[in-house]
Amino acid sequence: MVPRKQRVKAIVLYGYGINCETEMAHGCRLAEADVVDIVHMNEILQGEVTLDQYHLLNLPGGFLDGDDLGAAKAAANRLRYARVGARGERFQDQLLRFIKEGKLIFGGCNGFQLMVKLGLIPAFDGSYDTQQVTLTFNDSGRFEDRWVYLKIDEKSPCIFTRGIKGVYLPVRHGEGKFIPGGEEIRKKLKQRNLIVAQYSDPSFTHEVMDYPLNPNGSIDAVAGICDESGRLFGMMPHPEAYLHFTNHPRWTREDLPEEGMGLAFFRNAVEYIREELL
Amino acid sequence: MPHRIEIGLKSHIRDALGEKLKRRIRDDLNLEVKSVNTISVYTIDADLSPEQLEMVANGPFSDPITQMYAIDRPLAQSFDWLIEVGFRPGVTDNVGKTAREAIELRLGVQLKDQERVYTSTQYLIKGNLERPGVEKICNGLLVNPLVQRFEIIPRHLWNGRRGLEPTVPRVKIDQKIQVEEIGLQITDRALLKLSHDRVLALSLPEFKAIQAYFKKDSVIRERGEFGLGGKITDVELEALAQTWSEHCKHKIFNGLIEYTDERGEAEVIDSLFNTYIKGATETIRGKKGGEDLCLSVFDDNAGVIKFNDSYSLVFKVETHNTPCALDPYGGALTGIVGVNRDPFGTGKGAKLIFNVDTFCFAPPHYSKPLPPRLFHPKRVYEGVREGVEHGGNKSGIPTINGCVVFDDRYAGKPLVYCGTGGIMPSKIRGEPSHIKSPLPGDLIVMTGGRIGKDGIHGATFSSEELHEESPTTAVQIGDPITQKKMTEFLLKARDLGLYHSITDNGAGGLSSSVGEMARHIGCRLELEKAPLKYAGLNPWEILLSEAQERMTLAVASSEIEPFLQLAEKMDVEATVLGTFTDTGKLHVLYGGRTVGYLDMDFLHAGLPKMRLKATWKSKGFQEPQLPMDEDLTETLQGMLSRFNICSKESIIRQYDHEVQAGSVVKPLVGKENDGPSDAAVIRPILDSYEGVVVSNGICPRYSDIDTYHMMACAIDEAIRNNVAVGGRIDRMVGLDNFCWPDPIQSEKTPDGEYKLAQLVRANKALYDFTTAFGVPCISGKDSMKNDYLIGKTKISIPPTVLFSAMGKIDDARKAVTMDAKRPGDLVYILGETLNELGGSEYYAMRGYIGNNVPKVDAEKAKELYRRLNKATEEGLIASCHDCSDGGLGVALAETAFAGMLGMEIDLGKVPAAGVDRDDLLLFSETQSRFIVTISPDKKKAFEKAFEGIAYGLVGEVTLASVFKTTGLSGREIIRADIRDLKEAWKRPLGT
Repeated sequence: MVPRKQRVKAIVLYGYGINCETEMAHGCRLAEADVVDIVHMNEILQGEVTLDQYHLLNLPGGFLDGDDLGAAKAAANRLRYARVGARGERFQDQLLRFIKEGKLIFGGCNGFQLMVKLGLIPAFDGSYDTQQVTLTFNDSGRFEDRWVYLKIDEKSPCIFTRGIKGVYLPVRHGEGKFIPGGEEIRKKLKQRNLIVAQYSDPSFTHEVMDYPLNPNGSIDAVAGICDESGRLFGMMPHPEAYLHFTNHPRWTREDLPEEGMGLAFFRNAVEYIREELL
Repeated sequence: MPHRIEIGLKSHIRDALGEKLKRRIRDDLNLEVKSVNTISVYTIDADLSPEQLEMVANGPFSDPITQMYAIDRPLAQSFDWLIEVGFRPGVTDNVGKTAREAIELRLGVQLKDQERVYTSTQYLIKGNLERPGVEKICNGLLVNPLVQRFEIIPRHLWNGRRGLEPTVPRVKIDQKIQVEEIGLQITDRALLKLSHDRVLALSLPEFKAIQAYFKKDSVIRERGEFGLGGKITDVELEALAQTWSEHCKHKIFNGLIEYTDERGEAEVIDSLFNTYIKGATETIRGKKGGEDLCLSVFDDNAGVIKFNDSYSLVFKVETHNTPCALDPYGGALTGIVGVNRDPFGTGKGAKLIFNVDTFCFAPPHYSKPLPPRLFHPKRVYEGVREGVEHGGNKSGIPTINGCVVFDDRYAGKPLVYCGTGGIMPSKIRGEPSHIKSPLPGDLIVMTGGRIGKDGIHGATFSSEELHEESPTTAVQIGDPITQKKMTEFLLKARDLGLYHSITDNGAGGLSSSVGEMARHIGCRLELEKAPLKYAGLNPWEILLSEAQERMTLAVASSEIEPFLQLAEKMDVEATVLGTFTDTGKLHVLYGGRTVGYLDMDFLHAGLPKMRLKATWKSKGFQEPQLPMDEDLTETLQGMLSRFNICSKESIIRQYDHEVQAGSVVKPLVGKENDGPSDAAVIRPILDSYEGVVVSNGICPRYSDIDTYHMMACAIDEAIRNNVAVGGRIDRMVGLDNFCWPDPIQSEKTPDGEYKLAQLVRANKALYDFTTAFGVPCISGKDSMKNDYLIGKTKISIPPTVLFSAMGKIDDARKAVTMDAKRPGDLVYILGETLNELGGSEYYAMRGYIGNNVPKVDAEKAKELYRRLNKATEEGLIASCHDCSDGGLGVALAETAFAGMLGMEIDLGKVPAAGVDRDDLLLFSETQSRFIVTISPDKKKAFEKAFEGIAYGLVGEVTLASVFKTTGLSGREIIRADIRDLKEAWKRPLGT
């Protein structure tokens, strides 16, 4: 391979209950990111690794701290008040610098819950540290693993979903019901096309509020949102769970391309970095 | 002063958990309530200022969008009854632990060791209920008194300003730490009393062996050198009792058995385990020669086989029956996270890639009166399901395969089988990964959780039936996140070569883990160094505690610095507890003083062999003479709605079966993602197509007739499920998990000789059929006291074996699922149907057992499986479904409705012998049969592939959604819409 002068570098966090790091990293590699590192949260908090080295931060799914205080609550608390090294900068400042430099963040499932609870999305008024929406218990009151159809807002600024109209992916969560923090926020999300992905009918034409197509009762059928830059994106369904056609629940009865639909999210991110950030 | 922070939902937010509870109060208890609301309570036993409490309450403890909080005042306002449920002292409180850590992080302080957070939940119930109804909700649904406490407050006694005083369930132990010395030169009666009082489960011959050991001159002299007298210490006695327990030593499987068969012919079997299980594996390995897959069998925590040149697979299944009987949720949670540590502690340590679970319960609508100490089967079902959900999902391991079996007799003891598979590079730093051993001079290191009184006597107590005084310390609640952090740390340490050996702390705690590891060398264990959850534990309790989430390692002294540093970096507790030695002794110290000194040889090999009798006599049930219905449509629907046949979707959906992204054949397949898969296929290495195929077989109903055939059928079922999706029979291994009622003849068990004969027969079948199929067992487990005995009530489970199979598919893209694919596809039956309805689901539905139990013809079956493997490889098969419970009728209907397609079937074309009735033909449970559909253009190649095998082209897949069957007389006997059949199948346990 011809060495590139500048390389796309992705970081995938793990530790404290994260559990989708392997497949998230696999998605980044298949999308041809040049460097993909799986890094323990404490390696960052102890200053061995900094986010500054990377372009794409992946926050995978899992059960951070067991979701004991509510999904990703304890982890958000951990990161919000952590300092890097014994007396270093606040981790929050490192993260804000990463965002300010125009880099990308993707949170899937528990990673989405973490982003929301840290306030990284939707972050209206550029306030990346204030929680404005939430994700809470599914209306069914239970964890569910099931595949859902997602209609993508093509007008959304989201970089990860460029060129995607609809996508079929699994959800695997107990706390995925999206609730905006008031009518004002709900309106802004809609007006600014920040509702990137909605639970929909199988032909991706309209959003659905009925169970089980909408698996959790999310307001406005919201499955994923981004910030106004489109560079920070989180959603409950798992694109990293559909990287290969054999992941599809009906691959033995349908003609499917080799590549799974989830890979496009990672390809979009890597392509954007190559074009805009290198 | 302790504080209470209460967190409730804002008024416009839906309380999904409260609503779910309301539904369960209605469904499970037949009580109507208007509403249930929940409030989370944190009781903070720490010195915090009002400002600090505020920062915590509106920080990590509450969500600003959905929740509100109150500090030292109640949120509860309108309700008819208030119930608050919290833990008892010493019970693992995972949320409390996370909350404590969150306080420290939020405030930037370090709390004192005794400053803790305790959680509880308030339920606010509105509705027209009297106190007995509320108590029913507590005792029947919300509270397990072994681990929880509760308070009930009616609205008229509520002080809306003061609320409840904080309750701090701090552990207080008043005992003086001491080592008791016990004279063993006492009467036999006194010895047995000692065994009973201390839950030692030691028999008289075993006590005699201990007495004799302590009289030996060399023993007296050596013990004297370390200040020990002629009496045994409680540390030694407890260590011996647990090492010698049925649970750890498998005394029945290793005993000397005189077996007499029906003709009166007697033989002596020296160890069922060595003769039949290990013996079969040795025979198979010998025959396979260069094709042998086994790398490490029966001598580590799990079996290890070759996956390919670069990787090895590890697999183990365990049971956790008694803990689940006492606390379904906690028992199942520790069951799954406990078995995770087996493959994790095998060889140098494996990455965990799948979980499996099989449950045996009494039916959820059980309406007979329940004897004392038993939970209603519905509650056991829900609790166990949820425990495995939390354990598996939070550990990030997909639950890919399982089964649920219902029978009234499991009311006495539910069976909860939990299994885990792992993968490891075949070599780590140039050394084979499945081999390990500690070296003298290595340090004994314990990692993970801390030690409390949890689980003390688990090993000895699971070696007894469930009785009035079954100890409640045996109940514990697992902590999957602490374990996950530890496994991540240890895998890293493994790859850096920071330890020589690893094993888990399960039954018997340190006594077992260190005792086993040091078996061939010796050790010096310093108990006072062990990190404790709370003060006040006696040395023997530290040694025996089965507190969860702990591994024991042998670390070279040169590596200890980097090992401990890495642990600290990854936020995992690791403590040096002593050294491995070359003395051949288990040397235990506390505070510098020797408190136990035993020969390793005696500890591990001093146990006298048990001598037992087994006598077989067939029960000889009659075949029933059933009236024959002209139309079998309703009969088929009735069969599809049987608990043993119906959809288990509601359980499967709540388990993450896809994490790690290697999922190829999921537990639910077909047009609407709801058909019942025969086996699971995963790709553990994401850039390879090689797949692992996992399946199971279990058929306890056949045990009522003959356990020999029960075992044969379980093996065949596991293998054929595996083959159905594409698992190669020549690359397949098995695991045996026996669960038996007490088979030792005694006053309590007057039919012990019969039950032991049942065990002998099952073992004979295991030998006969694993060798015939060439599928060796690589590991297994037995649980031998699955009885309930209180007062005069005895409930014994039917003898039950779960046989698990792990196979390989070279190219996962060739895997086949069970759903009919296209209209016009041809429907074939592979294998001959015989009149074998003894123990069948059909007879059970009609109220009979019968006698013609299915018998396996292994040679024929093996040939069929090989051919099917080849046909699958060649892409000839569109769908393949195994025939098991409910026979052809059920398997055909499932194939059709999973594909949402109709079917026209002619029973006259079914290859059969000696079956002259439509109902018997449809529902016979003859083994080694499949329903296969193929594309019509493959007909010629397909029929050639199965030349010489009994098969029949029985019909066609149709676009019209009608399932039609013509009987032997040529008349239509079934006509149903597949949607109605599916509905009948999905209704009983919901989705």
